[in-house]
Amino acid sequence: MTDHWLVVPVVLPLLAAAVLLLVERVRPAWQAPLSLLVTVAVAFIAFRFVAAAATDQIGVYLLGNWRAPFGIVLVLDRLSAMMVALTAVIALASLAAAWRLSARGPHFHAFFQMQLAGLNGAFLTGDVFNLFVFFEVLLIASYAMLLHNAGGRALRSGLHYVVINLIGASLFLVAASLLYGVAGTLNFADLAIKLPMLPEWDAGLARAAALLLLVVFGVKAALLPLGFWLPETYGSAPAPVAALFAIMTKVGIYAIVRVSFTVFGGSDGLLAEWGPPTLFALGIATIVFGALGALAAKRLIALIAYIVVISSGMLVAASTLGPAALGGALYYLVHTTLTVAALFLVAHAIAEQRGQRADRFGSGPPVSQPALLGLLFLMGGVGAAGLPPLSGFIGKVLMLQASGHAPFAAWFWVSVLGSGLLATFAFARAGGSLFWKTHGVAIGSPMHAGDRAALAMLTAAGLFWLVGAGNATQYTAATAQQLAQPRLYSDAVLQHAPVPPAAGIPP
Amino acid sequence: MTAGFFSVAIGVFTACGVWLILRARTFDVVLGLTLFSYAVNLFIFAMGRLTFGAPAIIVEGVPPTLAHYADPLPQALVLTAIVIAFAMTALVLTLALKGRFVNHGDACDADEEETVVEALPR
Repeated sequence: MTDHWLVVPVVLPLLAAAVLLLVERVRPAWQAPLSLLVTVAVAFIAFRFVAAAATDQIGVYLLGNWRAPFGIVLVLDRLSAMMVALTAVIALASLAAAWRLSARGPHFHAFFQMQLAGLNGAFLTGDVFNLFVFFEVLLIASYAMLLHNAGGRALRSGLHYVVINLIGASLFLVAASLLYGVAGTLNFADLAIKLPMLPEWDAGLARAAALLLLVVFGVKAALLPLGFWLPETYGSAPAPVAALFAIMTKVGIYAIVRVSFTVFGGSDGLLAEWGPPTLFALGIATIVFGALGALAAKRLIALIAYIVVISSGMLVAASTLGPAALGGALYYLVHTTLTVAALFLVAHAIAEQRGQRADRFGSGPPVSQPALLGLLFLMGGVGAAGLPPLSGFIGKVLMLQASGHAPFAAWFWVSVLGSGLLATFAFARAGGSLFWKTHGVAIGSPMHAGDRAALAMLTAAGLFWLVGAGNATQYTAATAQQLAQPRLYSDAVLQHAPVPPAAGIPP
Repeated sequence: MTAGFFSVAIGVFTACGVWLILRARTFDVVLGLTLFSYAVNLFIFAMGRLTFGAPAIIVEGVPPTLAHYADPLPQALVLTAIVIAFAMTALVLTLALKGRFVNHGDACDADEEETVVEALPR
């Protein structure tokens, strides 16, 4: 595969965003088809990436043909490929849900493509500063999509989201420049080589930078002391945006995994002593907080937001328990992202059909499509609680099996199984309240075709992940193995030769 | 001496910024974010080591080591950071203004139902 493909998932949506702004003026009806076309193209490329990464080749693209670490690089390994493909699936579903006009605000499609570019860039980039830049790109697009037409309460929760992310961005800059100050490089691969060679005093500064990065990524991933913005923010997002936001916390998880394994060398690097225990403790605390929040939620959308918090904690805790647990966690990551995106769409459909009561628990008018929504809600609840027979169960089993010999495995077992139980209770209560405690007649109109298409897509993707669990778990296990050998990544990036100049052109 | 002065400046900016961010008024938070980003920008700059009168671009006849040049990379980073911080401040200000007219107040803490919002001059 020619390396130029690597830059397309970033450049194509950026270009599309600019074109869409013009199209919006001239031919507003063309926006959605154009946006869909670009997203389908990106999805197609993303699946080719997965096929390419599955051969254990690490793809490297040198921007401007500068040799790493002097120029900036895009890197495609198994983890990046998986995340880009997952983003594409979620983006397609979100776009289908945004097909009708009322579900989106002005410039929606332009911002959507901008966010897609930011997400893909964050997953593909090979250096710390570009990770910062792509974070900002995806965040600024998310602010705009979240806050269009927002009034009162939504505006305030949106402001919290913006402010905490701006503080996070400042801390990210401090961490990135601190790393540059001690190691003289920002390239992941180069940092991975240089950090272990630092003298003890500089190594301390590098550890401080790592901790700051953990704070920043913790904000994105909604880890416990930093995740209080999440339920309010997700609660106020429109349906397609909430579905797309299912991937946003996973960017934080991705960044934590990438930096702690590829850059800081996992269990035998600079952070070996206190990195994993800190992450593990924060993860467990986050699971407990999320489970209690899910029980206490008064709205379906808030309940789902706490499910996001639980899964974040679970993934972060499992990532510290060795490669096998990390493989299970990555399998679970895809499952939970698909499930949560579908649940947000279901919740918004239920809210729409219940009129004034919206998604608040308690007696209200019945939904007009109880069978369809009920089935989808059941599947979502079973998936979110990680019960058999859906893929969440497989992911949990893999994580629990692998955690068996870790020193604090009991904590992990209790919190994972306990949070599953509490989530089951919460969903049972929510379902009973929303579907059975009804009065009056159904007033809502049935689901829009776009929403149905989006849910069909997410369900199909979830079932594919379940039926193909054999291959999928092999892929994620190999991903964890690849992450455990950061040397592979470094060698691939640093030894990648620039393209030789064409004949007749002086170098 | 210079380094000490420089780090005190960063510290003062950070302290003022954090104090303002922790206040429950949108305007103060925005000012705090701005001061904090000044501190961050100075910090990035300092990470390229403080040099005086040294060019960032290689000159003929001067050996190409960091002893004779200013590190150009933090300068490029700080430029990017300034641009992004500037755009973000503009966005937060827009939001704050909109919030002021929608919510009739400048308070920005979480439990707004209980907060007594001071009347602002229209």
